[in-house]
Amino acid sequence: MRRIISVLMENEPGALSRVIGLFAQRNYNIETLTVAPTEDSTLSRLTLSTLAGDEQVEQITKQLNKLIEVVKLVDLTEGEHIERELMLIKLKATGAQRAEVKRTSDIFRGQVIDVTQSTYTIQLTGTTEKLDAFLRALPESSVMEVVRSGVSGLSRGEKVLTT
Amino acid sequence: MEKLSGADMLIRALQDEGVDHVFGYPGGAVLHIYDAVFRQNRIQHVLVRHEQAATHMADGYARSTGRPGVVLVTSGPGATNAITGIATAYMDSIPMVVISGQVQSHLIGTDSFQETDMVGVSRPIVKHSFLVRTASEIPETIKKAFYIATSGRPGPVVVDIPKDLTDPTNLFDYSYPETVTMRSYSPATRGHTGQIKKAIKLLAKCERPVIYAGGGVVQGDASSQLIELTRLLGFPITNTLMGLGAFPGTDRQFLGMLGMHGTFEANNAMHHSDLVFAIGARFDDRITNTVSKFCPYAEIIHLDIDPTSISKTVNADVPIVGPVDTVLDEMIKLLEPEVAERSEKQQQMLKEWWEQIEGWRKQDCLAVIRDESEDIIKPQEAVQAVYKATDGKAYVTSDVGQHQMFAAQYYPFDEPRKWINSGGLGTMGFGLPAAMGVQVAFPDEQVVCITGEGSIQMNIQELSTCSQYGLPIKIINVNNGSLGMVKQWQDMQYEGRHSHSYMDSLPDFVKLVESYGHVGFKIESRDELEPVMAEAMAIKNKLVFVDIMVDPSEHVYPMLIAPNGSLRDMWLSKGVRT
Repeated sequence: MRRIISVLMENEPGALSRVIGLFAQRNYNIETLTVAPTEDSTLSRLTLSTLAGDEQVEQITKQLNKLIEVVKLVDLTEGEHIERELMLIKLKATGAQRAEVKRTSDIFRGQVIDVTQSTYTIQLTGTTEKLDAFLRALPESSVMEVVRSGVSGLSRGEKVLTT
Repeated sequence: MEKLSGADMLIRALQDEGVDHVFGYPGGAVLHIYDAVFRQNRIQHVLVRHEQAATHMADGYARSTGRPGVVLVTSGPGATNAITGIATAYMDSIPMVVISGQVQSHLIGTDSFQETDMVGVSRPIVKHSFLVRTASEIPETIKKAFYIATSGRPGPVVVDIPKDLTDPTNLFDYSYPETVTMRSYSPATRGHTGQIKKAIKLLAKCERPVIYAGGGVVQGDASSQLIELTRLLGFPITNTLMGLGAFPGTDRQFLGMLGMHGTFEANNAMHHSDLVFAIGARFDDRITNTVSKFCPYAEIIHLDIDPTSISKTVNADVPIVGPVDTVLDEMIKLLEPEVAERSEKQQQMLKEWWEQIEGWRKQDCLAVIRDESEDIIKPQEAVQAVYKATDGKAYVTSDVGQHQMFAAQYYPFDEPRKWINSGGLGTMGFGLPAAMGVQVAFPDEQVVCITGEGSIQMNIQELSTCSQYGLPIKIINVNNGSLGMVKQWQDMQYEGRHSHSYMDSLPDFVKLVESYGHVGFKIESRDELEPVMAEAMAIKNKLVFVDIMVDPSEHVYPMLIAPNGSLRDMWLSKGVRT
């Protein structure tokens, strides 16, 4: 099952390598990973998605918690949550394709953020499923380059992850 | 406030932390630090012959005293040589602080001379590590390192210090913090009351219980609580390889070690039990055999300081996270009235359980099978002779292999911290330097290293260190001329094809040790065994190496049958299985 784990950790050199190393060392998988400092510059927030069963995700969260630099974490997928991913996609857009690509992008509420005579670069935000669906809706031959941020997320409602 | 250089701050911090011994080896990146070591006399530095031995010495020191072992090595090869010892300590949860020199800050990342990314290389085998960025951080980093190494589930901590930070010309205000708090690190200080009550309920109604206690009891200094609890309950108890000595090995309630080379009675009791109370143990694969067949009738209570140990391989019905000593104290209080009011039915069931266990015990699985007409010494008899000559009271370290298992089986330990071996990592070459660490900590105690001709050669250079510091260790070389455990597996699983398990061209160990100024004995016949062993043990001020020629064909039994076996599936002797 796909899990989204959100980790609050000390914003120190080497902390990220411990998280990544843990996953490699214990044979866990990382699907996506995104990390940046928070409003409190001493803390970083890292969000990762992984494919794991109940028992494995329990071990993953416990092992992450054991890392000295990890302050707190939550498995967002355990409760109601909001998740978003950002994708930038560069497309071949010439001739009749140009209008078609724009129309598909509009349907997915994508924004064209760069234009040349032969390309569009589109920015799209949404769940992983939505971004996947957009990619499927495009003619494969038009896709030149894709970059995705990986999943970020928060719990719904009052629930927060803070120190 | 006192002004000190980074190097002096480091040494002062170690002194303020109460460190009395540092095990190490100098080199370019730690020269400023070694100069600071030279200019003081509160900490004794022990100069080894190889950095791996420094870590094992610190490890032996830590295991025997309960205090953290301290290692000082240089950058690059000094640091990488320490890795095996750090991994050994990590696997067995031993408190250790390893200070490694690093190249100057401005050279980091340039592949400079003797540069290794020590924090990176050691990352998977440390509890935590620090790369110190500024000299003024040194005292607080040292405080943190010792706090992390010794609290919660103990483990090794690496502190990597670039050479420029220890420059004697740069002085800083020195003060050593009394305490340190870290918002991201707070090990459990007591168990969850609700979980403890659930455990009490199970313990009060079970009919075929076993207490299964591991190294966590030794490391957590909870041996007295374990003994009190086990006596109060009247339950059978087994120890893991790491837990030996946590409960008296000669006590009637003790079933011996369990697992791969555990006793018939311990493994059977585990398999047939209806309640397993695991204390400071981690359900290692050398314990469980096939996990799906492990203790099929038992509910499991698991007490451990480390939440990741719980339900990692075997699901715990009642998990309790907390320090073993305080949780057991609390449980003993709650159990006293329960035991007083035990029903007749439960008393009867426990009686029948003990009768069943006594039946298994009658198998006498550790009886040494031998042909009385032959003069050849069995390796088990060598260990028994050590037991006799030391009255069962020595500190015993071992290396890894058959002799290690024989030591665990035939030298029952009545006290914790007396049995010192590399259980988790299984590091050959551990025994001698570990014994040296113990002897440094306890100069007047009898320290014995039970080893084999394979393992001893992995750190034999330390015989020189023993000469330098006058460490009167007794080395018992159980010499079967081959890598015994490898050979045993090849006999059992590879139709006797002994691929590279034969030790050709062994040295004359007696001459070898004599060249270092030690005493050597060689024993080749049974009638020499006890008298020569007694003579060796009586030499108090010298290292004595006893080279014992033993039966090269002997196997360690019992031995769990794998793959797909349960705990009751064992080889009992050659060709005889359950």
